[in-house]
Amino acid sequence: MLRLVGVGNRWRGDDGAGLAVAALLAERAPAGVDVVAHEREPLELIERFDGAAAVWLVDAVHSGAPPGTLHRFDASEHALPAELFSISTHRLGLADALELARALGRLPPSVIVHGIEGARFGAGEELSPAVAEATRELAAALAAEVATC
Amino acid sequence: MSESRTKTIRTDTLARVEGEGAMHVRIESGRVTEVELRIYEPPRFFEAFLRGRDFSEAVDITSRICGICPVAYQMSAVTAMESLCGVTVDGQVRELRRLLYCGEWIESHALHVFMLHAPDFLGFDSAVAMARDHPLVVANALALKKAGNEVMRVVGGREIHPVNLRVGGVHRAPSKRALATLIDGLERAREIALDAVTLTAGLEFPVYEQDIELVALAETGRYPIDAGPRIVSTAGLEITPPEYPDHFVESHVPWSHALHSLRRDGGSYLVGPLARFATSYEQLTPLAREAAAAVGLHPPERNPFRSIVVRAVELVHAVDEALALIAAYEEPDAPSVTVEPRAGVGHGVSEAPRGLLYHSYKVDADGTILEATIIPPTSQNQTAIEADLRAVVERSLDLPDAELSRRCEQTIRNYDPCISCATHFLTLEVERC
Repeated sequence: MLRLVGVGNRWRGDDGAGLAVAALLAERAPAGVDVVAHEREPLELIERFDGAAAVWLVDAVHSGAPPGTLHRFDASEHALPAELFSISTHRLGLADALELARALGRLPPSVIVHGIEGARFGAGEELSPAVAEATRELAAALAAEVATC
Repeated sequence: MSESRTKTIRTDTLARVEGEGAMHVRIESGRVTEVELRIYEPPRFFEAFLRGRDFSEAVDITSRICGICPVAYQMSAVTAMESLCGVTVDGQVRELRRLLYCGEWIESHALHVFMLHAPDFLGFDSAVAMARDHPLVVANALALKKAGNEVMRVVGGREIHPVNLRVGGVHRAPSKRALATLIDGLERAREIALDAVTLTAGLEFPVYEQDIELVALAETGRYPIDAGPRIVSTAGLEITPPEYPDHFVESHVPWSHALHSLRRDGGSYLVGPLARFATSYEQLTPLAREAAAAVGLHPPERNPFRSIVVRAVELVHAVDEALALIAAYEEPDAPSVTVEPRAGVGHGVSEAPRGLLYHSYKVDADGTILEATIIPPTSQNQTAIEADLRAVVERSLDLPDAELSRRCEQTIRNYDPCISCATHFLTLEVERC
């Protein structure tokens, strides 16, 4: 089973990008694709992996690229570039959750991480226009990819 | 090392503490001359935000101070307001709040013991690295933490910044059946917590004892968690929460925006697991006491490095008590009582996972908050952390710089400092002159 997990915090501006993609895909996901919005702490992502043959994760990233830039990483075999997904020194982030799952033998065979470059992450802000556009673009691309799976 | 040479060691971001600050250690001619814990942004802004807000809003505003221990902030806030207004919340509604708080302790202690502190003792840079060699330990830690999260979700409405607490009680009392869904996870968690006591007790601890006054909340017959009528210490202090400001004072130090809290006579003191264990050991559940005794842990424990074992014992207690609270739970007739505002000052104290958390609010007759004071545990422990660092560095001058830095970080983590209530980066700097 393919599980698509949108990760983020809807109350922190572009950090809601992953959730926005999940919301867009939930409306048009074909049978057999499980779409999940993950608003809990990243460590609990590990539980989202259970029972999935493939997982697509969508999260906001902050690398300095123009807002709305789409990144794609295959984490099935290798760790993510931690600096893109780690915004805290005291919380274990998405990259850590993936590596913990790998160490514990709980990582699905296929893990693809889609990153959307964010611009602003302030409390109470909405998605910035470029990021909102990128979420629609990515949702359409993922829906097309699912259809060919 | 040459005594005439200046050496600076930096760890640009000290990970695995709850939050971010900076540490500066200066060594001159083999002597430690400066130890400063620098905290940039204290929760004082919250105290300002609170002015002009309604007394019923403090519970949800202060919850946002910390994502790790929101229930602590909420409980100290509601207790302050209720005591001001002459209301006591007891019976099943108090038990529900206590159960929620147990969930927070489980979640917070599990995170700290396994993910943040254990890697120091086992020689790993992170929990991820530790998981590669000790997968079962980390898998169990996740299960334990999840049991705490589930309590927060079912009782608190969600696991981060729960929304179910209010002045006068809770918004909604969960059904007995909803609480029963927690039992299996908690029973497994209890086994994991018991194993954690054995595991942590078997770690290697630096020989170090700290002669300092240990201060905690106390209540006859109950381990201090959600509330209590007295604040006690190993030096014989016994006061009520409203007397707290008569005995403790906050002072400003130039290197930190966070205030340092001291005894009024100038002495430093310590709050947290070691303090609770020292002053309320008899109130631990029999299972938790047995687990402590089985590994030779007796009150008072004065080696801060062994606080990881005390946290594991408190994990046993919190899980054990959560199960007892669920077993005894009956849905209350009403989830809350009406609380009418009253002009005056209210004081509220509870035991956050990392120690005593004091709130006070001055409120006018229509319920508007005029002044707020919040003294988090880390602010109370700062002086003790600095004293420890000084002592630990002085005893470890022969260690290579990298080792010394690691030992300093481990020392800071003994206190599970919740600097996130306050700061941005913890940079560790050791300067040898």
